[in-house]
Amino acid sequence: MRALLRPALVCCLVFSVVTGIVYPAVVGGVASLLFPRQASGSAIRGTDGRIAGSRLVGQPFTSGRYLWGRPSATTPAYNAAASSGSNLGPTSAVLDSLVRARVATLRASYTAVGLSAPGDPIPVDLVTASGSGLDPDISPASARWQVARIAAARGVSRERVQAIIDQHTERPWLGVVGDARVHVLAVNLALDAERP
Amino acid sequence: MTRPDLPTRLLDRRLMLPALRAAFAKLDPRHQLRNPVMFVTWTGAVFTTLLALPGVTRTEHPGFVVAIAGWLWFTVYFANLAEALAEGRGRAQADALKAARQNVVAKKLDSPENHLRFEVVQATALRKGDHVIVSAGDTIPGDGEIIEGIASVDESAVTGESAPVIRESGGDRSAVTGGTRVLSDWIVVRIAANPGESFLDRIIGLIEAAARQKTPNEIALDILLAGLTIVFLIVVITLLPFARHAVDVAGQGTPPSLPVLVALLVCLIPTTIGGLLSAIGIAGMDRMLRQNVIATSGRAVEAAGDVDVLLLDKTGTITLGNRQATAFLPAPGIGAERLAEAAQLASLADETPEGRSIVVLAKERYGLRERAVAALGGQFVPFTAQTRMSGVDLDGRRIRKGAPDAVSRMVQDAGGVVPAAVEATVAEIGQSGGTPLLVTDGATVLGAVHLKDIVKGGIRERFAELRRMGIKTVMITGDNPLTAAAIAAEAGVDDFLAQATPESKLTLIRQYQQGGRLVAMTGDGTNDAPALAQADVAVAMQSGTQAAKEAGNMVDLDSNPTKLLEIVETGKQMLITRGALTTFSLANDVAKYFAIIPAAFAPIYPVLGRLDVMRLSSPAGAILSAVIFNALIIVALVPLALRGVRYQPLGAPALLQRNLLRYGIGGLVIPFLGIKAIDIVLHAVGLV
Amino acid sequence: MTGKSVLELLVFVALLAAGAVPLGGYLARVARGDRHLLARVFGPIERGVYRAMGVDPAREMTWSGYATAALVFSAIGYVLLYLLLRTQGVLPLNPNALGAVAPDLAMNTAISFVTNTNWQAYGGESTMSHLSQMFGLGVQNFLSAATGLAVLVALIRGFSRERASTIGNFWADLVRGTLYVLLPLSLVLALLLVWQGVPQTARGTVSATLVEPLRIDDTTMVTTQTIAVGPVASQLAIKQLGTNGGGYYNVNSAHPLENPTPLATLLESLAILLIPAALCVTFGHLVGDRRQGWALLAVMFVIFLPLVTMTIAAESTATAALAQDGVAVNAGPDAPGGQMEGKEVRFGIAQSAIWATATTAASNGSVNAMHDSFTPIGGLIPMWLMQLGEVVFGGVGSGLYGLLAFVLIAVFVAGLLVGRTPEYLGKKVEAFEMKMASIAVLAPATVVLLAGALAVGTTAGRAGVFNSGPHGFSEVLYAVSSAANNNGSAFGGLSANSPFYNTLLGAAMIIGRFWVMVPMLAIAGAMARKARVPVGAGTLPTHGPLFVGLVVGTIVLVGALTFLPALALGPIAEQLSAR
Repeated sequence: MRALLRPALVCCLVFSVVTGIVYPAVVGGVASLLFPRQASGSAIRGTDGRIAGSRLVGQPFTSGRYLWGRPSATTPAYNAAASSGSNLGPTSAVLDSLVRARVATLRASYTAVGLSAPGDPIPVDLVTASGSGLDPDISPASARWQVARIAAARGVSRERVQAIIDQHTERPWLGVVGDARVHVLAVNLALDAERP
Repeated sequence: MTRPDLPTRLLDRRLMLPALRAAFAKLDPRHQLRNPVMFVTWTGAVFTTLLALPGVTRTEHPGFVVAIAGWLWFTVYFANLAEALAEGRGRAQADALKAARQNVVAKKLDSPENHLRFEVVQATALRKGDHVIVSAGDTIPGDGEIIEGIASVDESAVTGESAPVIRESGGDRSAVTGGTRVLSDWIVVRIAANPGESFLDRIIGLIEAAARQKTPNEIALDILLAGLTIVFLIVVITLLPFARHAVDVAGQGTPPSLPVLVALLVCLIPTTIGGLLSAIGIAGMDRMLRQNVIATSGRAVEAAGDVDVLLLDKTGTITLGNRQATAFLPAPGIGAERLAEAAQLASLADETPEGRSIVVLAKERYGLRERAVAALGGQFVPFTAQTRMSGVDLDGRRIRKGAPDAVSRMVQDAGGVVPAAVEATVAEIGQSGGTPLLVTDGATVLGAVHLKDIVKGGIRERFAELRRMGIKTVMITGDNPLTAAAIAAEAGVDDFLAQATPESKLTLIRQYQQGGRLVAMTGDGTNDAPALAQADVAVAMQSGTQAAKEAGNMVDLDSNPTKLLEIVETGKQMLITRGALTTFSLANDVAKYFAIIPAAFAPIYPVLGRLDVMRLSSPAGAILSAVIFNALIIVALVPLALRGVRYQPLGAPALLQRNLLRYGIGGLVIPFLGIKAIDIVLHAVGLV
Repeated sequence: MTGKSVLELLVFVALLAAGAVPLGGYLARVARGDRHLLARVFGPIERGVYRAMGVDPAREMTWSGYATAALVFSAIGYVLLYLLLRTQGVLPLNPNALGAVAPDLAMNTAISFVTNTNWQAYGGESTMSHLSQMFGLGVQNFLSAATGLAVLVALIRGFSRERASTIGNFWADLVRGTLYVLLPLSLVLALLLVWQGVPQTARGTVSATLVEPLRIDDTTMVTTQTIAVGPVASQLAIKQLGTNGGGYYNVNSAHPLENPTPLATLLESLAILLIPAALCVTFGHLVGDRRQGWALLAVMFVIFLPLVTMTIAAESTATAALAQDGVAVNAGPDAPGGQMEGKEVRFGIAQSAIWATATTAASNGSVNAMHDSFTPIGGLIPMWLMQLGEVVFGGVGSGLYGLLAFVLIAVFVAGLLVGRTPEYLGKKVEAFEMKMASIAVLAPATVVLLAGALAVGTTAGRAGVFNSGPHGFSEVLYAVSSAANNNGSAFGGLSANSPFYNTLLGAAMIIGRFWVMVPMLAIAGAMARKARVPVGAGTLPTHGPLFVGLVVGTIVLVGALTFLPALALGPIAEQLSAR
């Protein structure tokens, strides 16, 4: 047994150094040379030079002027220090009423700008919480559902809003991998840049 | 070749009644403990019976609990019955043999030389090394070896063969078995086994399965079944808290009652194979016995199924044992008819099969009539080991036939020459695997006769079958390599050992075993004993010597060397039957789940009623039907367990596919039909 | 289920196969100790490590010696990790001044990482200091995977040797697996992931000013977003490759910084299955018959493909809670449709479902969507994959050695069916092997059921349940299945950080790991001693479709028969009532 203790202990300690320090350090070193922006969190800077967010992390939007992202289950919404999904089960009554309320809120966002809500049903991703609570994207259909409201709230043409959205829409990688998605924060930054 | 007094039908009435009784005795828990699956079933039966006692459980259907308890007892009982039936078949045989052993007295000699001074003792008092004299009409009191005399012996008590056999001192026919009867003459026998250790005792012991040990594969299967039983036990035990929790959550229904859980447990554990496992083993030994093969252990029978290499003696197994004349090949300038005539004359008084075949061939080919040598006034010269030829002296002609080298020498001594063409013919015959005989008239060489080994009909197909089974056949012969190769090719064996000696046989077996192969062989002579002892499956001929029988782990009472093929099949059959019933048993569980789970859980989650794909009449009916099916399927499969799954000599993949389809898919489908049918019946008679 | 989903699945499978084949060949070289490029580069390190450990890599061990070494090594790893977690408060590299981890949680976490489970009963950001993450959890990510790898290699040696009493040197296998397999692969994957956007930085957080301040109530306004960053990529790479699954963030790979793009998710989900799949190929190389390896890989795919397809189909259909008036749940090129609660838009249904199936087929346990919110069938399949014993891909090493236990049982039944004492790779399968294989197959299953019964049978157990109805039972069943099979994924709703669950699941993880590992090493020892039976026409080939079907049947039947009643009270009842 004693003969096994030394190798066991030494092995744990040696590899603590190799895999705990050397390995992350090498990855960090190479990454900062090759991909410095990504390695530090893909920050986006606003026109004022301040960090407006991460390219990859969603933000909450509640004003009719902005493109809304997905509901978030973190507290508060889009808390990037404590990610979380809702964990509500597929047959949960709570989930059922939450979805009902989200539908109502989204439709009400139209009445707030003096329009009647579109007849089209709301795409499901816009009324369900994302897994992380930080989803930066919505589906193009969900964006399209909001175009008229944003245009009315901002007083720009629907075509312009849709054009900005299209500009920040990514298609699946090689047309196959992943889903089409609209980057909410990028659209909203572009909208603000359009008419501050 | 079955003994006439033995029940041959699977479910003979003579066996049924004692088995029905014996199955009751086996309800003893000490008996059940040997088999974990059936012990769990037994415990379930006891437990449910207690629950069925009035006042123990409060339920709307007291009859339901009683019915469950009853059918659980039936399940145990049916398994017992299968075992009892298998044992009963053997016991009938053992009883017949025991009769042969009873009240035998022996004439024990004071000294083997003096045949007149003996005392009459009970056979059971004889010890190894004692000498007895056995006269006509006496029963041989114990296993032993004839040291003096010759006698015809009726061995039907052991072999079932009514024709008497000759036993004599010296050579390979010297062994006698206790319990057989001397019909004529007398013999002095040296007893070779103490009471209780004799061959007959061993057979009886084996048949009674008194000391039945589990075979290695049976042990491994037992472990798997025990593991599955434990898992299903836990599945059912944990179901109670799961269901209680579900009742809390759903706010309705009740957890399944204890009788229902016990019923589920018994349905899930592999009772079909568990209940029939020992019956399969006993029946396997019994099938061997029915083929007149006594195996010293189940292990040997099982090993037979694994054999990769069969060593077979050429003579008697592969060939008819006698060479036959197939052609007359005359010397240059000699007419074929003249050669045939001379050869026939030389053979007229030769009663050996070779000699007869020459006479017959000459008659067939040239219409030469058989004549009696004496009538012709000739003088027959018999074959001796020194001259190695035989013939006839007739009207001054000295006609001889014999081994080419011996005959050539004689011709040269007489001043003649052997034509080169004849020498070439002789060499050709040798190369083709035949045996040449030279025929001479005085100093004139007339030509050669081609004697040939005749390969047994159908043997080639048997070997092809064996090859498909993955078994390699090796022919053992004392012939020279050329002859051996030719016969090997004709018989279709995979390999041969020519000019075999006891040592070379032993070496060959060891070689194969070193290569990881399991070797089977048959043998009868004392010089076979070392090889028999080395082989994994060694079948000694009952007609053989005591030494050979001691060395083998099986004895073939028919002394039929081709029996090895049947032995291999029986060994495989035993394994396949176990595998088939295991697969069937496990596949059955799927249907039972579909019967019981909806019935047990629908009160809690009514939606689970949709899993009731069989549309059974009621929850109670569903559970009862599953339990009844589980019990009846044991009965239904008893014949299969006793008879064994039919073995077909196919390659392993084809065999697996066939058996998986039959017992795997069959095991999935049949219970759906069976449970539904039972439910319909129960419903129709108004039981549920 | 859309045509594009099918296409995504095909791409995934094709890439997996393309990666597994060459990697499998390389792993065989490493296992044999052959010379290869990396051995020339890292050779001095390897030899240095042996010197420091005081071991001779050429000195072989018996199976019991090997098992003892693996157990002692795991025990030491556990003790060191436990002590570290208990004292992290007074140790350096603790910028957020986190206190000691509670005893029960420290025990559970230490077991979890040493057994390659990576069940996380804690929120990473709020519980673990940097030191604990790097020195404690990080190192076990490598070493627990390398232990599984070593045991598998030893088992394969048992099959391929003849009349041998030893099965290799544990330390050599451990060091080689770490240095030549896990480290280099992690390095490459980590850099690829940084390229896709995964952070790798020494900083702890990035602060951003929200574009639109979030109004909580009349007095509170959130104006900044604190984004947790750190050395994510390096941990992420080994977490995926080593079938660990313990993520940097609470939501694991659903977090956009842990899994930023569809390409990243493709790479990460491939990384889950890469080594377990490659090891099948390695198996074929090492036993000298490539077809044997293909057959095992085929077994995995034959179970995996229908299940992954079913998961995609199930998740493509929204449950009634989502499919209300005014909600569009049908998929289209511009809308994911389906059960999107708990899923990310960039992955959509297909990538979420593929990941969920892959992560539970392998004993990885990382998630890119919340399994608790999956449809009942979509949640049942991952749960059942774990209950099958983590043998369909399974853990690094442990998956294949677990599968081999099933193979031996299938071989045994098949041998009986063809009337011949069963043999696998020329080795006879006898009572001892059956005993050990039965333990290895049945121990995790019984632990799942017993632990589940304890959890729902006690107040402490029921207290952790989050969702109501049968789904609450599914949460418990999922947790015990995950722990006992060393997966680590969870229906996140269950509050598992209680003394009750920490103890229960800790015990389940230990049994699930070592009650499989030790019996399989015993089989390795027994097999190594046996002589090889030559192949003949009577030998059942163990590489054909028929045998693959038999092994699949054995796994599925055992899994179904053991868990059908429990599943009926959870996801099946839920599924039937959902429609």
